[in-house]
Amino acid sequence: MDIFLQQLINGLTLGSIYGLIAIGYTMVFGIIGMVNFAHGDVFMVGTFTALIAFLLLTTLLGITSIFLVLAIVLVVAMAFTGLVSWAIERVAYRPLRGSFRLAPMISAIGMSILLSNFVQVAQGPRNKALPPILPDVIVVWDSGSYAVTLAYKQILIMVVTAVLLFAFWWLVQKTALGRAQRACEQDRKMAALLGVDVDRTISLTFVIGAALAAVAGVLYLTYYGVVNFADGFVPGVKAFTAAVLGGIGSLPGAVLGGLLIGLIETFWSAYFSIEYKDVAAFSILAITLVFMPQGLLGRPEVEKV
Amino acid sequence: MHEATAAASSGLLARALKDAAASAAITALLLVPLVGMHATEGPSGALVLKYRFGLVAIFALLVGGLRLGLHLTVWRGDSARGAAPRFPALARLAGPAGDAAKPVFFAVLLLYPLLAVLGSGGLGPSRYWIDLGIYILTYVMLGWGLNIVVGLAGLLDLGYVAFYAVGAYTFALLAGSVPISDFFAGTLGADFWRLWSFWVCLPLSGLLAALWGVILGFPVLRLRGDYLAIVTLAFGEIIRLVLINWVDLTNGGAGIASIPPISFFGIPFSSGEGGFANLFGLEFNPMHRNIFLYFVILALAALTAVATIRLRRMPVGRAWEALREDEIACRSLGINTTLTKLTAFSIGAMFGGFAGAFFAVRIRFVSPESFTFMESAVILAIVVLGGMGSQIGVAVSAILLIGGMEMLRNLTFLKDPWLFGPDFDPSLYRMLIFGFAMVAVMAWRPRGLVSSRLATIFLKERKKVSGDLVREGHG
Repeated sequence: MDIFLQQLINGLTLGSIYGLIAIGYTMVFGIIGMVNFAHGDVFMVGTFTALIAFLLLTTLLGITSIFLVLAIVLVVAMAFTGLVSWAIERVAYRPLRGSFRLAPMISAIGMSILLSNFVQVAQGPRNKALPPILPDVIVVWDSGSYAVTLAYKQILIMVVTAVLLFAFWWLVQKTALGRAQRACEQDRKMAALLGVDVDRTISLTFVIGAALAAVAGVLYLTYYGVVNFADGFVPGVKAFTAAVLGGIGSLPGAVLGGLLIGLIETFWSAYFSIEYKDVAAFSILAITLVFMPQGLLGRPEVEKV
Repeated sequence: MHEATAAASSGLLARALKDAAASAAITALLLVPLVGMHATEGPSGALVLKYRFGLVAIFALLVGGLRLGLHLTVWRGDSARGAAPRFPALARLAGPAGDAAKPVFFAVLLLYPLLAVLGSGGLGPSRYWIDLGIYILTYVMLGWGLNIVVGLAGLLDLGYVAFYAVGAYTFALLAGSVPISDFFAGTLGADFWRLWSFWVCLPLSGLLAALWGVILGFPVLRLRGDYLAIVTLAFGEIIRLVLINWVDLTNGGAGIASIPPISFFGIPFSSGEGGFANLFGLEFNPMHRNIFLYFVILALAALTAVATIRLRRMPVGRAWEALREDEIACRSLGINTTLTKLTAFSIGAMFGGFAGAFFAVRIRFVSPESFTFMESAVILAIVVLGGMGSQIGVAVSAILLIGGMEMLRNLTFLKDPWLFGPDFDPSLYRMLIFGFAMVAVMAWRPRGLVSSRLATIFLKERKKVSGDLVREGHG
């Protein structure tokens, strides 16, 4: 019971991070029907931006309040990663609309390789470690032999995720931008005829997805304290798995899928084998796509001839 | 009239300047955090920032200047953009000129070891060139194998390296297996398995890889293109992770060493009595084995090419290409799409398995390190850049990319103190350039370098279909 509770806390924390990344996949897929393969690396760029901003604020400007630092880091990382994603969409995906069907995917794979190797060349191949941020924990439940703990940073991660998801839900449901976006999702041509600037909406979708990935990046950095240029690939695939599991194109599905993947991964590591935790995640991806391609909350895809 | 053109050109200049300034500013913004600041370990071990804003300024000016130059020259009249094929010489490669070039190409490949030996002056010094040839040909073969899957059948396979791994591990495990060795020692002589293992395992590796292709392909080939890509990626990673973690079988991340070397059909390349040199009356030289390896991979690559050319003319090959162009039309014509895809997938896997066995016998060491996603990405880049479906394009792009990257290593003048300094390692930029090239080719030449092709089936007269003329829809 105690280990179960601990794993539940850890899994939800990890799941929040996956869920935030998964939204980027699901939104882009919803609007242009493309798997943005580079999204995992955009997340990695977010973690590196967070690292640089963190160092800049703490070592150069000497700000000591950790919450102030994290708040500024969050804003900087979101803005910069959004800019990167905007540029990527502009350079690598927009010219390919109307090209053959695998072209955007291949371009995205190229972009993914480009981004991770760019960061490797620019920042070096070694792990970058920060001193632990917010190391304090609360003991939730003590059974005598095993204490279930909830770290401050886990609380931070869950709270930030919840707040941002609410803000994001409001953005998609209640604002003009969100309406335009949902319109483009349903029918791009019709939306354009009715005066929606489709290109701008698609760009903004990429920017929002990247900003949420940057939030995930900041939280990831806070949680693990280590970043590496290759860290975009595996979380990226897992977040994509989350998006697929929840039903690609569905926003609540992405969050649900993220939490599920986080829970499955932590419980698998705790009760079965830690070596095969990535195999578990990859297998879920394959199994879901083969047997349940519409996911948990998605609509079945209808093929129009 | 004169004033009007002057006004137009000054307007053009103003627009060009504005655009150049904007792109320079965006470049600077994009580069400042990750290039301008470098998080590195300080003297106390904690991370500190180092600043490189000069570098950012250089890049920004370069991008701005480049765009300004393009605006004033190439992009002057917008109407001329993208009208004519930009690389007529490459386009011809697929036409009659290409047909004439093929025997020449093949002859050069056959004579390459001789040229290398003569050019470098002796067997010993030619080692570098022979090894480079083997290395490039391995990728040509892998490219041709993947070309069947991606180029002909239009299935984006991101886990091709899994089959390469299956082939390599099949050979490595069977060749190192003591029971098999003992079994043959009892019947065919003590040395039999050590000498013949590669030749016995080569077909087995291919067959096993094809079997894995069927096993993995069967459930997933009904999926749409990009889902298929992701699932194959997942399979590739699963196989690699299993190879790492199943230590009892594969020795985990440490890999399998002591793989027996290749033999000349049972005759070892050794210096003593009964060795290759002794038997053919030559002076012993370890390079004999490398040259033989070169011809083995050349034969394997040629087998791949010939098999592909033959298959393209068979109903199944036609079905692949039809499937690539329009899946729904295929289904309405009664083609069993799953079965057709499965044949492409498993035949491609088989050639990957052959290449894997060859890789294992050449390096004589296999470890999961060699079969990462990046390897799949390199092979895919070769196919995509060469022109999906074009054999000659894939070969040219493998030579350019793999050979070019190898040449990059030798550009010692870049290490000059006034250019990049002695710490500069050009080979670090290998994958960066690969990624960039994939994006660039998709944007400018989505059909690859050799984009035009001859129709394999035609009515009355054979016409060349230029890639620029093909308007592709959503299949």
